[in-house]
Formats: sequence, C-alpha cells, structure tokens
Amino acid sequence: MRRLTRVLPCGALLLLGACSIQPWVKPYERDRLADPIMAWDRDAISAAYLDHIRESREGSHGATGGAGGGCGCN
Amino acid sequence: MIAAVVLARTAAADVLPDDRADIFYSKYSGGGMNITGESVLVRKKITENLAVEANYFIDKVSGASVDVLSQASVIKDERKQKTVSVEYLHDKTTYSASFITSVERDYISDTSHISLSQDMFGDLTTVTLGFSRTGDKVGENNGTAFVPKVAWLGHADTRSYDGGISQILTKNLIAGINLEVVADSGYLANPYRSVRFLDTQTPKGYGLASQVYPDTRTSTAVQVQAKYYLPWRAAVTGSYRFFRDTWGIVGHTLELDYTHPFGKTWILEGRARYYRQNSATFYSDLFQEAAQQNFEARDQNLAGQNNTTIGGKVTWAFRPDGWLFFKRMTATFDVERIRFDYTDFRDIKDYGLPEYSPGAEPLYQFNAMVYQIFVSAFF
Repeated sequence: MRRLTRVLPCGALLLLGACSIQPWVKPYERDRLADPIMAWDRDAISAAYLDHIRESREGSHGATGGAGGGCGCN
Repeated sequence: MIAAVVLARTAAADVLPDDRADIFYSKYSGGGMNITGESVLVRKKITENLAVEANYFIDKVSGASVDVLSQASVIKDERKQKTVSVEYLHDKTTYSASFITSVERDYISDTSHISLSQDMFGDLTTVTLGFSRTGDKVGENNGTAFVPKVAWLGHADTRSYDGGISQILTKNLIAGINLEVVADSGYLANPYRSVRFLDTQTPKGYGLASQVYPDTRTSTAVQVQAKYYLPWRAAVTGSYRFFRDTWGIVGHTLELDYTHPFGKTWILEGRARYYRQNSATFYSDLFQEAAQQNFEARDQNLAGQNNTTIGGKVTWAFRPDGWLFFKRMTATFDVERIRFDYTDFRDIKDYGLPEYSPGAEPLYQFNAMVYQIFVSAFF
C-alpha cells in the first residue's frame, strides 16, 4: 500500500509531463487582456514612488514593492 | 516592485514594451513632514530584444515626524536616487538587471537586482524569479539642518529573494501570486528615534534613551492579486498581502482599484487601500524603567497601526494620435489621502503633564496627502 501511494503521484506526474498543456485562452482571444488598463502597473514611476511612501511608514514590505533605497528616517 | 513590473510587462506577449519617457513631480504632506519629489525616467529599446532604462529621483524633506519632533530636532534633507536597468528578451525568457544607488547626507544605499521571467503553457503563465542585495551605510546628523555633522554608525545588509506567477485564467481574468523573503542584518535601528521610560525625576515624567534593535530580521510577504476586465471596458483589481517577520510584526494589506477609460483620451482610476499591523515584540510606547530589556524600540513604524487610503488618478492623452516622433503623449494627476491611526503609539509632542501623565497621552493619528503629476511620452 505504501509503495502504491508513492508510485501513483509519480505516475501522474509522468503522464502530465507527457501531454502538452493546450492554452485554453487562444492568442486571438486576448485582446482584452492586452488592453493597457489590464497592466498590473500602468506607470512604473508612480508605483515605485507610492511603494516608497508606504514602506517608509509601515512595518511591512516586500512582494509588491521595494524598488529604491533610503531609510525614510525623518 | 521590480518583480511585479517585470510580470506586468511580460504577461501580455513575448515583446518588450514600447519606449517611454516620464517627467514626474510629487508632494507628500502629513505628520509634520513635507516632501517634494522630482523624477525623470527614460526607457529605450536598443534592439527588439534589448532595452535599457534610466531613472533619476530626488526628494527634498523638510520638517520631521512626530517622534523626531518630540526631541526638538527639525531636519532638512534630500535624497538622490539613480537607477539603471537592462532587459534582454530571448525567445520566451526575459532577463533583467537593475542597479540602484540612493544617497542622503546620513544614509547611503546601493541595491543590485537580477531577475528572470519565463512565459510558458502557451503564454498563459509567466514565472518570475529574482534576487536583490542591498548594502546600506547608516549615519546620524549630530549637527544642524544647515551645518551637518554626520557620525557613521554602522552598515546594514539586505538579501531579498522573490518569485511570482502571473496566470491568465480566462479571456477577462488574470491573477498573480508574489512571494518575497527578505533577510536583513547589521545596524537596523533608526538613530533619530528614541525609547522613553518612566522617570519621575524629570519635569515631563519620562526620560529618553537610544533604541536597541536586534541585528537580524527575516520577513516573508505573500501577495495574491486578480484583475478582471468588465463588460463595459473597465478593469477592477483586488489584492491582498500577508506579511510576517521575526520581530513579531504581522501585517495585512487589502487593495481595490477600478480603472475606467473614456474613449482614447481619458482614463479615470479610483482606489482604496487598508493596512493593519501589530507592534514588534520589543516595542513599547513607555518602558517602566531605563534599560528594561535587551531590545527596545519606540519607532512609530514598529508600533501597532492601521491606515486607510482613498485615491484617484486621471490620465489625459493630450496627444492621443502622436506628435512628431511620439506615438502618444499623456498627462497624469494622482492624489491620495491616507489616514493613520496608531494603536499603541502616543502623541507626546502635543500632550503631556500636567494634564496627561506619561502613558495616558492620546494615541497618535494624522492625515497625509500625496500628490503626483507627470507627463509621459511613448515613442
């Protein structure tokens, strides 16, 4: 039984690797996603500035920002 | 941030984004501080596969935050930051490298960042991995705002590991998850902020002493986000970030954003953000005695707080069809109002004896306004 629980996941992974994943959203269906309003950050210069403002005043940081240095001491 | 931008840029297709130049001005006012910022960013493709970007940012600070003000030292300073980035696209992989240097009179910081971004599964998925290293030189100005006398106190070293996945889920929906682990070591305290402790021998009823921080800190942040294209050509974005570190801080960030274009000339955006954190384990607004414990902090960034942001942004394409060699030119105005409420950090600048005994002062709160205006040219 223990051997089976080890073999089954490995077999499933092999099967997954053997088949190629077909894109379920075709390239010609991505016009809306390509609209500039769908970019995560439309204006990098502004996003970096707001991240610096927040990181200088909060204890949290990372995963969204951090471009830039300085202590924000004052 | 760098990882997020790379994700955003590469999620759509295997091409580098258009050339772009921005001229930027910002203003922050709140909590006794006024900061103005000026910035220039230029991004240029050298070939179809190679792009370079340069950014120069300068911000000027006057005033000081409440815990610095409570020691009667007003500070004037400026920070100059230079960034150079290179992006190289090969097949479905984008390689990026950035170098950032930030210089203040009493703080010098250098950051190097590399990342790799790979499109896969029919370009539905983009995976990004990155690493950055920052070296900081930390000082304290013991002179005045106009005649500085900087004493260098130590160095800090930061290593950051980030990864992210951006996934197209439907023809209207894209989602992402980002993870960043940051390890800090060295001099991590803010030299301008002090702890206070009960001392009945002083007129105010408390004394002040230097903060003592641990010399290491490790943090983990995970952010999940999703962006949906609405039926009437508008986009709504939601995100949540969880943060935890070895100093005992747990932070939660929620953001909601709505973007609505009008024709090809106007884009309006509204956003709301909520942030909450508890205080660090070695933080106290008022210690019972001097040197009560090994590590002591009264930095308002390490206090319990929640803040709420309401913001809006207007982008006006004043040359929507281009001009000379520019494809499009826009002007953007962005404004935010942030309300800060601290749960265990008291306002000792405006309140004290005889009306308020130490530890009974009202909790600190303030409003901040953040303005940005910038002109962008795409070419």
